[in-house]
Parts: sequence; structure tokens; C-alpha cells
Amino acid sequence: MTASLNDRGYLTEKGFRSWAYTLDHKRIGVMYMFTTLVFFLVGGVFGLLIRLELLKPGAWLFTPQVYNELFTMHGSMMIFLFIIPGIPSGFGNFFIPMLVGARDVAFPRLNLISFWLFIAGTLVVLGSLVSPMDTGWTFYTPYSARTGAAVTTLSFGIFLVGMSSILTGLNFIVTIHKLRAPGMTWHRMPLFIWGMYATSIIQVLATPVVGITFLLLAMERIFGIGFFDPAKGGDPLLFQHFFWFYSHPVVYVMILPAMGIISEVIPVFTRKPIFGYRAIAYSSLAIAFAGFLVWGHHMFVSGMSNIAAIIFSFLTFSVAIPTGIKVFNWISTMYKGSITFEPPMMYALTFIFLFIVGGLTGPFLGALATDEHLHDTYFVVAHFHYTMMGGTVMGLFAGIHYWFPKMTGRMLVERTARVAWLLMFIGFNITFFNMFILGFRGMPRRYATYPAQFQGQHIISTVGSWILAVGIVIMFYNFVRCMYKGEPAPPNPWGGKTLEWTTASPPPTENFEEIPVVTDWPYSYGKKGE
Amino acid sequence: MDTVREKIFPEDPLVAYQSAKLGIWAFLATEVLLFGGLFVTYTVFRIKYPAMFHDGHMKLDRTVGAINTVVLICSSLSVALGIAAIRQGKVRVLRTCLLLTVACGATFLCVKYFEWSKHLAEGIGPGTDIFFSLYYMMTGLHGLHVIGGMAALSTMYVLAGRGRFSAEYHTPVEITGIYWHFVDLVWIYLFPMLYLIG
Amino acid sequence: MTAYKPYIIVWAALLILTVVTWQVSYIDLGVYNVVAALVIASVKASLVALFFMHLRKENALVWAFALFPLGMLAIIIFGTLADTLFR
Repeated sequence: MTASLNDRGYLTEKGFRSWAYTLDHKRIGVMYMFTTLVFFLVGGVFGLLIRLELLKPGAWLFTPQVYNELFTMHGSMMIFLFIIPGIPSGFGNFFIPMLVGARDVAFPRLNLISFWLFIAGTLVVLGSLVSPMDTGWTFYTPYSARTGAAVTTLSFGIFLVGMSSILTGLNFIVTIHKLRAPGMTWHRMPLFIWGMYATSIIQVLATPVVGITFLLLAMERIFGIGFFDPAKGGDPLLFQHFFWFYSHPVVYVMILPAMGIISEVIPVFTRKPIFGYRAIAYSSLAIAFAGFLVWGHHMFVSGMSNIAAIIFSFLTFSVAIPTGIKVFNWISTMYKGSITFEPPMMYALTFIFLFIVGGLTGPFLGALATDEHLHDTYFVVAHFHYTMMGGTVMGLFAGIHYWFPKMTGRMLVERTARVAWLLMFIGFNITFFNMFILGFRGMPRRYATYPAQFQGQHIISTVGSWILAVGIVIMFYNFVRCMYKGEPAPPNPWGGKTLEWTTASPPPTENFEEIPVVTDWPYSYGKKGE
Repeated sequence: MDTVREKIFPEDPLVAYQSAKLGIWAFLATEVLLFGGLFVTYTVFRIKYPAMFHDGHMKLDRTVGAINTVVLICSSLSVALGIAAIRQGKVRVLRTCLLLTVACGATFLCVKYFEWSKHLAEGIGPGTDIFFSLYYMMTGLHGLHVIGGMAALSTMYVLAGRGRFSAEYHTPVEITGIYWHFVDLVWIYLFPMLYLIG
Repeated sequence: MTAYKPYIIVWAALLILTVVTWQVSYIDLGVYNVVAALVIASVKASLVALFFMHLRKENALVWAFALFPLGMLAIIIFGTLADTLFR
């Protein structure tokens, strides 16, 4: 069957109003994706500026005050406006209903409200740039309660973004419970759905705590309440407990959807059923639960009690177990498989490799004795960039290359994707592996100036960041060009077995002509003739 | 009648009803954690400053607090009766009950307003000390939720007047009722925590 | 009218418990004032949840949605206290 571009499915209707007032989860997902990817690029520019400043030991390009604002905005934008909403609100919205065989999410109007709440939040966050935050994305008190920057505005913006995140998570939980197609038992669900389910639970339970935290910070600035202010009898560590009670589980919000994508991509490009389906499925829930128990490991050097430090350190090691289970199962899936290296698979394999590096450097930080030396150094910066960028962002890119044909009805150019990938892989590792050593040698994070002995390594990382940036630009060029000029895509270019591949590319507005009846799990590869 | 609902839940209205129930309980889960942050703050500082909490709670009027508690309990009764009524298709009884619930909510807010005014006139504000920071934050956040609940109840009142609800379909009313009961639930804890124990 | 009776009974119980907790607070029981107040509050809360919010008639899934967040609340309280109590 030759693919044609005549039928644009859910993309047919045009005009601003058809997008702004849409109740179609696919359109809402697309709008989220555009917005979050724009913030990825903006946040990335801030990152490049940071690296530029660090080329020389003194504050040569920016004042230390401006530098503080740069890394604060880089972190805040990347975390709140890109990586937390990224996969869940983008791919989650587009593909959860399709993968479970539903026509839409459980509460489509709430979904639209979530999107506009998100946009409102991003506008407020951008508004705070008139007096940019300089506290670091962690907003620790007492400084954040006293600095002249637009803390209250930024807090309010993040509060709105958080509300959007909560309502989206709530929508997904009910959708997954109630809207699965007939015959789709929990154990016939795609693993992306298990990952999104665990993610949504975290979003619903953790986000309100950061909501109240930002509310209290705003109240401290406006009404002088003193929960976090030592001068008023308050406790700055209380802020940190609340902040990290959310911000630690949120890193699992970032990684679980990406892991879900990897679990979908690997079987397709290995032509083998996923190994250890139940282990992977349950490990998502285990990671979500364990993630709530370990927030104190961000506070080891803060003045926390020894007992709490020991308990949190011990619990931190437990999170590695379900994570390791996933990695072993993906690798086992590939054993004796028929592996092909299309771009989605390349990014998926990159995810596994880089995430392992990031993950293995976690225990260094979870162990009390080593964390004493490594806390707030570049070791931490390297660790979270390996997990968040080497992990989540590579998983996102894998997802984009995998699902681009379905969403747009067009294919990406493979050669361009490979060139971009190579530059990104090289640039990323130069930039960030170098930072493990830099941190180990004692370079603190968030410093605009540094002793001359660290300059060589800083230059290396900055050059690496340029290579990485070029790779990203080439990849985005591929996306934008192929959206308009790509080859028409067939319904199932990769031979996948999840339900979205049974529809046209792009899918019709109602997703399925008839709601499918599911009789098997979606990983039955490698049987006769497949 | 609702085309969105028909599209998502074509087969079985029961699935739509159950989904709405799950939705509101999931939302209440978020509210538990939102107020929970304040409950943690209360616990931490109560242990740290027992004398301040004793002095603080003595400055609050327990009788007024008890009256407000009774007002909210009555409001929970009225909305529960309203839902029992619409389950039998009695739209007019539902509307009366919704009105009574909103009236109780308004009464609660008025009493709260007088309490706050009295303290503020005496120079006791949210910045005075940790106890009163907690008092104003907790009752303030709760008050915002009372206002939100009253808005939802009023919307139900208007929609009921337009004939939207029947014995077969009144899901939004039940959902609103569950939310309102939660608002009552939070106060059931706030009353002893702020007014009674010190 | 019979549909309304259970609610009225629960309402009466709640009023009685409110009066009890209010009056008990005037008696000095030391630390047991805190215990009494929280226990009575929890009984009232349970009555509201079970009867007014119809939790009594709901399935296991709804109960899980209702109880799980309380577990999370316990975790954040105890985790924070593990620090603040032992500094």
C-alpha cells in the first residue's frame, strides 16, 4: 500500500481555534511537545552561555550575579518547562489513549485546561525574567526569601505548571484504569503504559508538596511568615525537606516515561518479545514507591541529623535494584535477537549506555562518606546530566524518531539522524564525562570563577558543549524539514505490534474506526514469519 | 446529551460514573498532600515550641471554633441529603439542599472573617510568630478551598435549575459533594490542632 | 425519608463528638489532651469519609486511592521528624 499525503487524519482541520479549543488528546500532545522542545532549546542556550563564561577562570563575560541568574534559569527552565512535562504531556497525551485502545483520555476538557494552565505558567515564568532568579533552581531559603529577584512571580509560575502536571497525571491514571480496550488486561498493556502509570502516581502525590512549598515561600516574602527563617524561629532545612520530597520523586517522573519508550523500542528493533515483562512492569511501580523514601540524600551536608542521614543513605541504595532489573531485562531482550540500528534503536541503545554511567555514579553520592566530598561539585552536575540528558533526553529523542512517522505521516531522513546522533554522542561525553573528574578534583558547582588549575578541563567541556549543540541543531533541522518535506510514512514503518501502528499515519481524529478487541500482549515478535 | 462523555464512554454510563469517582478521589489525594505540608510544619514546630503553641491557642476562641465546626458539619449533612434526594430524582429538594450548603459555607467564612479581623486589630498577624503564621496559613488555605467549594456548589445549583440532573445522571453533584466533605474533613482536624490542644 | 436517616444519625454523632472534644479540651489531661483530640478527630473524619463520602460502599480501588495518600503523608512526617527530632 503506497502511503499518500492526501489524508491528514487528526491534522486535517486548520486554524488557530481548531488547536486552541481542541479536545483531541493528539493535538494537545503535539502542542505540549512544541512548547517543551522550544524551552529545551532556550534552556540549552542558557547552558551554552554558562559554558562560555567558564572558558576563563575570572568572571570575564558575565558578572557573578548574572552568572547566578544564568544557571538558575538554565536549571529552572530545563526542569520545570521541559523535562518534567516533556515526555508525559507530549507523548503521554498523544499515545496513552492509542496504546490502550481508547478514543481519548478520560477527561478531555480537563486535559485542555491542563494545557492552558501550563501555558499560563510558562508565561509567568518568562515574566519573572524582568528580575531573574539567582538562587539556583533549588530556591533554598533563607536566600530565596530575601533576594530582590522575582521569586514570588517565578514561584507562582511553577505553581501553575505544577497544577497542570497534577491534572495530567490524574487524567492518565483514570484513563489507564478505566479506558483500556476490551481484552486488554493489565498484563497485556504496553510497558510504556506501565511506566506512565507509575509516573502519574508520582505526579499526583509529590507535586502538591512542592506546590505548598512555593506557596509558603511566597507567603514568607509577602506576609513575613517565618517557617523557613531562622531569625523568626523557623528552620531552613524544613524548606529543603519539602522541596526534595517532591524533587527527588520528580527525577523518576523524568526517567520512567523514557524507560517506557525504551521498553517499546527495543523489542521492535530486535524482533524479539521483551524479556521479563512483569519484572519491568512491577519495577516501574517499585521505582515510583522507593523514590518517595530517599529525599534526604540531597541534604547530607545540610546539618541534618545523623540518624536521618543514615536512614536515607541506606534507603537510597534500594532504588538501584528495580532500575538494574530493567537494564538487565532490556539487555536480555537483545540477546540472540535480530537487531537493526535504525535511529530509534540507536537512541535507545545510547540511553542504556549513558544511563548506566549516570546510574552507577549515583551510589557515590548516596554513600555518606563520599558524598561529603562530592556534594555540590561538578561530580553531581555530571551525574544528573548523564541520567537526565543521557537518559531522559536520549529516551525522548528515541521516542521522537520512533513516533514521528505516526504523528506527522512523514519519515525522517535517516542519514541526517545518524550524523546528528554521532555529534551528540561525542559532544555529550566530552562535555560531561570530563565533569566527573573535575568534580572529583574539587571544582564546586555554581561558581563563575575558579582556580586556574581547572581551566584546562573547563575548556574541554565547553568545546564539547559546542559539538553537542551542533548535533542538536542538525537533529532539529531534520525534524522541521521533514514535517513539511519528508517522505510519506506508511501506517507501520517499523513493524511494531502496539495498537497505534494499526491506524493510519497520521491517525484519524477518533483514533480507531472501531475500538479493537485485544487478545494478546503487544510483544509477540519472532513467531513464524515475523 | 454530553457529546464528549458519549465519545469517551460509549458503552456504559457506569464506566463514566466510576471514572469520575476515581478522578475526584485522585484529586483529593493531591489535596491531602497539599495540606499535608502544613500538617508537617505544624508537627515540627509544635514539638519545638510547646510554650508558644500553648500561648497561641489560648488566644483563640474555642467556642467560636466549635460553632464553625458545627456549621461545616451541618453543611456536610445538607449536601449529603441533597444527593440522597437527587438519587430519587427530587430536583427541587436537591436545589434547596445545595442552597443551604452554600449558606453554611458563607456563614463559616463570615465567622472566620470576624475572627481574623479581631486578631489583626490586636496586632496579631501572620508574621507575629510561628503559631500564628500556621494559624493564618492553615485557615487561609482552608478558606480558599471553602470558596472554591461554594463556587462548585453554586454551579451545581444553576445546572440543576436547568434540568441537567436526574435520578439516572447526577455525577457532577456527587463529585462536588465528595469534594465538599473533604473541606469539612480538613477542618475537623484543624479545629483541635489549632484551637484545642496546647 | 428513609434514605435520609443514616445521614442524620451520622450528623448527630458528629455533633456529639464535637461537643465532647470541645469540652474535654478544658480539662487538663497532660499529654492525653493531644491523644484525645486527635482520636476524636479521626473518628469524626472516618464517619464523614465512610458515610457522607460513601466510602463504605466503594470498591477496593477507591479505598486504595483514599488510603495511599495517607501513607505518603506518614512518610513525609516521619522522614522530616527523623531529622528535626534528632539534631
